[in-house]
Amino acid sequence: MESVFAERAAQTRVSKSADAVGNFVRKSPWHAFWGVVIIVLVLMAALAPVIAPYDPIAPDVGRMRLAPDSQNWTGTDIVGRDVTSRLIYGARASLFIAVSSVVMGTLIGGVWGLISGFVGGKFDLLSERFVEILLALPGLILAYLLVLVLGASFWTVIGALAISRVPTVVRVIRSVALSVRESMYVDAALTIGASQARIVWKHIAPQCIAPLIVLITVDIGGVIIAEASLSYLGVGIAPPTPSWGRMLGDANPTLYPMWWLVAFPGLLITLTVLAFNLFGDGIRDALDPRLRGTT
Amino acid sequence: MNRYLTRRILLAIPTLIGLTIMIFGIMRILPGDPLGTFMTGDYFQIMTDEEINRLKADLGLDRPLILQYWDWVSDVLTGSFGRSHHRNDPIINTIRSRGLISMEIGFLAVVFSWIIGLPVGIISALKPHSLSDVSVSTTAVLFLAIPNFWLGLLIVLVTVTFWGYHPPLAGVHFWEDPWTNFQIVVWPVVVLGTSMAAIIARMARSSLFEVLREDYVRTARAKGLVERMTILRHAVPNALLPVLTLSGVMLGFALGGSVAVEVAFGTPGIGKTMVSAAWERDMNVVQSLVLLYGMTFVLVNLVVDLLYGWIDPRIRLS
Repeated sequence: MESVFAERAAQTRVSKSADAVGNFVRKSPWHAFWGVVIIVLVLMAALAPVIAPYDPIAPDVGRMRLAPDSQNWTGTDIVGRDVTSRLIYGARASLFIAVSSVVMGTLIGGVWGLISGFVGGKFDLLSERFVEILLALPGLILAYLLVLVLGASFWTVIGALAISRVPTVVRVIRSVALSVRESMYVDAALTIGASQARIVWKHIAPQCIAPLIVLITVDIGGVIIAEASLSYLGVGIAPPTPSWGRMLGDANPTLYPMWWLVAFPGLLITLTVLAFNLFGDGIRDALDPRLRGTT
Repeated sequence: MNRYLTRRILLAIPTLIGLTIMIFGIMRILPGDPLGTFMTGDYFQIMTDEEINRLKADLGLDRPLILQYWDWVSDVLTGSFGRSHHRNDPIINTIRSRGLISMEIGFLAVVFSWIIGLPVGIISALKPHSLSDVSVSTTAVLFLAIPNFWLGLLIVLVTVTFWGYHPPLAGVHFWEDPWTNFQIVVWPVVVLGTSMAAIIARMARSSLFEVLREDYVRTARAKGLVERMTILRHAVPNALLPVLTLSGVMLGFALGGSVAVEVAFGTPGIGKTMVSAAWERDMNVVQSLVLLYGMTFVLVNLVVDLLYGWIDPRIRLS
């Protein structure tokens, strides 16, 4: 008997989320289209070893600096590596770093902001000062400095980008927590004797979920650009692992004006950022109609 | 007004102090052995203990952290910003010769973005969903997705291919040779300015769009004020407030983004100097230039806040 209920519940849950997706597609097909672009990019990254026509790392001195032709669709770079293969593998670094640093930064900032907004008092005052100091450095420069000092690796880049995001998230979630704390239902819950932890967990945290998801989806695009900038400036993940920013950094058009080395990585970055930004806009409109039309 | 002014200025001081502590902490405490950031790994391994100690003494790294911090802060306060380890030259000289170019680029980029972005945003708000409005918002979305430095690289590519462009070798100030100076700054200004203009236009549009539905705009129209006056005197000044705030925030992005743009064009500015110093592991220079970026950002935001109080009496009086 019970298992039947569980099955039913599972079915409704599945059909509910399927409904939500269907609704989203019907209401904003334009945003849903960019969702599909994201899925394609993720698949490209995941299946890189299968799709990529050549080895992205091994140089081929016989085929250096070739313009796009039927063999190398986007040409080869100065040591003869196939640009298409490097672009496909580069999606891995870009997507993985951007998504994990945004999620990490948002979670840290979310918890911090929640506590700071709810506990208030001295802790809040201190944390506000600290956030202000973190905000005093432009995010990209803070991330640059951190990676420079800690040494470039996958995880330092992710950590540095995450840290540079934390202060903005703290600000947003703190203001949500502050406004919810003043609301009637929190008062009511306090009156009937709910504990502090219960109020934070059951009443305030759920209110922060929508803004958190919005922050994550809307900001991934910006972080992809930040990651590309770091790689471009030479503090991204270490070569020979391909990354789009690094490919632009190696292009150096004043020395070797080969348009395919500049055009394709940048186009791919732009396409990816565009997809995340527009899909994020759709998610934001669906989750939080009040924010529609801002930024 | 005076109280508001002093309060805001006094609040900026602890932030600046905190900034120096944070940067110093990142440079000296985070990496474990700070010498590791001054040397690349390979050199580090072939040096004898004696050499390492001598180098540490030479860099002042053997002294207590608190004294090292104090040395740096007093260098900043006396205006020398410390010495470059490789050139043994006060860093202020670099800031003087390179900083003005970066400042010129940043300032002109903001002016450029306002000159382009504001009118475009206002026209879009007045005629929503018109062809010009749609094309503006599409362009804005596109420019948000294009990395600044890539746009710079594309411009370099095109100019190198067709006009034989070469990157400027040395910084030339406006008063020395206006034409050469113009050639150095024009492209970075256009690249940084366009992407900011896109954001400004978008913000101005949505902000003015909302203001136009306010009661006081209806009152102004109802009493028969000419439409042009209603918009210019009543609506636009109120719509400018969020745009002004955004400009302060955006300057942070512009400062961060300008580093990569300067590298892309080979502009002899602060950003390129910082990246070159980082390649050479001249950490004293990196440390002071990062502080310079932070100080600029804090000060500009302070100015934005003060302007805000000056424009909007509700803020300075509360």
